[in-house]
Amino acid sequence: MLELRNITKIFNAGTVNEKTALSQLSLTLNPGDFVTIIGGNGAGKSTMLNVVAGVYSTDEGEIYIDGVNVTSLPEHKRAQYIGRVFQDPMMGTAADMWVEENLAIADRRGKRRGFKWAITKQDKEAYREAIAELDLGLENRMTTKMGLLSGGQRQAITLLMATLKRPKILLLDEHTAALDPKTAAKVLEITDRLITENNLTALMVTHNMKDAIAHGNRLIMMNAGQIVLDVSGEEKKNLTIEILLEKFSQASGAEFASDRALLG
Amino acid sequence: MDIMSWLGALPGASAQGIIWGLMAIGVFVTYRILDIADLTVDGSMVTGAAVCAVLVTSGVNVWLSLLVALLAGMLTGLLTGVFHTVLGIPAILSGILTQLMLWSVNLKIMGRANIALPSRQYDLILNNKQVWLTIAILIGFSIVLIAVLYWFFGTELGASLRATGNNLNMSRAQGINTNFTKVLGLVISNGIVALSGALLAQYQGFSDINQGRGAIVIGLAAVIIGEAILSHVSSGFVYRLLAVIGGGIIYFMVYQTVIFIGLDADLLKMLSALVVAVFLGAPYIKKTYFKKKKKGGVHHA
Repeated sequence: MLELRNITKIFNAGTVNEKTALSQLSLTLNPGDFVTIIGGNGAGKSTMLNVVAGVYSTDEGEIYIDGVNVTSLPEHKRAQYIGRVFQDPMMGTAADMWVEENLAIADRRGKRRGFKWAITKQDKEAYREAIAELDLGLENRMTTKMGLLSGGQRQAITLLMATLKRPKILLLDEHTAALDPKTAAKVLEITDRLITENNLTALMVTHNMKDAIAHGNRLIMMNAGQIVLDVSGEEKKNLTIEILLEKFSQASGAEFASDRALLG
Repeated sequence: MDIMSWLGALPGASAQGIIWGLMAIGVFVTYRILDIADLTVDGSMVTGAAVCAVLVTSGVNVWLSLLVALLAGMLTGLLTGVFHTVLGIPAILSGILTQLMLWSVNLKIMGRANIALPSRQYDLILNNKQVWLTIAILIGFSIVLIAVLYWFFGTELGASLRATGNNLNMSRAQGINTNFTKVLGLVISNGIVALSGALLAQYQGFSDINQGRGAIVIGLAAVIIGEAILSHVSSGFVYRLLAVIGGGIIYFMVYQTVIFIGLDADLLKMLSALVVAVFLGAPYIKKTYFKKKKKGGVHHA
């Protein structure tokens, strides 16, 4: 479904700040794979997602989505294949537009936007039903400005927006990191449900090892712009934080450098 | 300086206020919807006036002249948009570059610094001799413009423009070509501004190379005054646009009053800028200084 071939991404090439964010990285996702991604700060997790989304261009390598070479497609064109949720709850929605208007924007992802009404009566009913399924009591706030909702509510709606048009790939970039633990758990539960219901292929970056183990069918660990661990199936089910930490020091030759991953 | 002559000047001030209110709707499109401060307008307003004056004085139908002025204004917005999106120049600088270019372009269009456009000689849509008729016609223009914008921003395309101004990241993630929507917004905005410039030239009876100086400030003033005084009533889109026109009218009422009180007309631009600075700064001042005071109070308690 998604194939990364030998991706290299270097920031500030040729300067003293040169940083190789991704180094000859290859990854193949099968349809329906729900992959959690862990790794220390600067391991390249977010960069990988942004390269897939087209936010950054690649210096080397190619990206295929469902067999289509998207390496040179700009971000807004690649969006037809991709749903995204960001770490910052402010980033995924338009704050001054209504909840239903935001959903209407998402509902036209990958389509030409012309002179038809942005939102029809049928749309409104469909969006209300979809929002009701989130079970957050937001179905009566369809004409509330997005900016008036809480971070968790916005993240849940961003998730719904990302999955509304059933993307080929769902990219979740630490989308619960800015939420309080209770809200984060709720958003993760919604994430699981939407991915299962729509049978989506997803990449989820997280700082939280427990979440990385508990969710998805496959786990990859990154270090220094490369994938150093890739487990799935039974092996993934039997993972514990202790095993992960051990594997990490084996793979990278260093202690896992993020307290957030352990405490979260 | 008696009260009657002040009252007598108010209809004229209203007419001018509506024309500038229309112009301010153009500013509203970029400043409020697209979140870009576009300084092209100082030049595109004159472009509209110049094109209209040149065409009408050479015998072209006045409605056709208005249409060409509108299109010319759209071209100026296109240029700013290309500077900004294709060349990656910051929006505010792109506007300044176009504005400076337009100074020369406008002189070339007119062939000189100003063109007289007397209403007794040409068949104009409006003029400052028949003020009430002019006001009625301008109200008609306002209704049509607001209706068209209401329709446009309700469409899929218009909604993608609003999303672009709200959140670039979200817009691109949802497949919106934000470069295209930005350019489109600038085109629409400057088209409206040039149209109001063309109306102003007819009302004044001349076009002048200097008539756009500080237009952005007057436009912003109208937007901000409208929001400050009229926006608590409703946040509906039509109402917000009406408030902008109201802001333009209030601006020129105050302007007229200040002149009648006997204030030095040379100081008016400075005063306008100061008023806009105060209004633009007010939210920041509230957020930064007043919050601190409150916090301090809590600590003392």
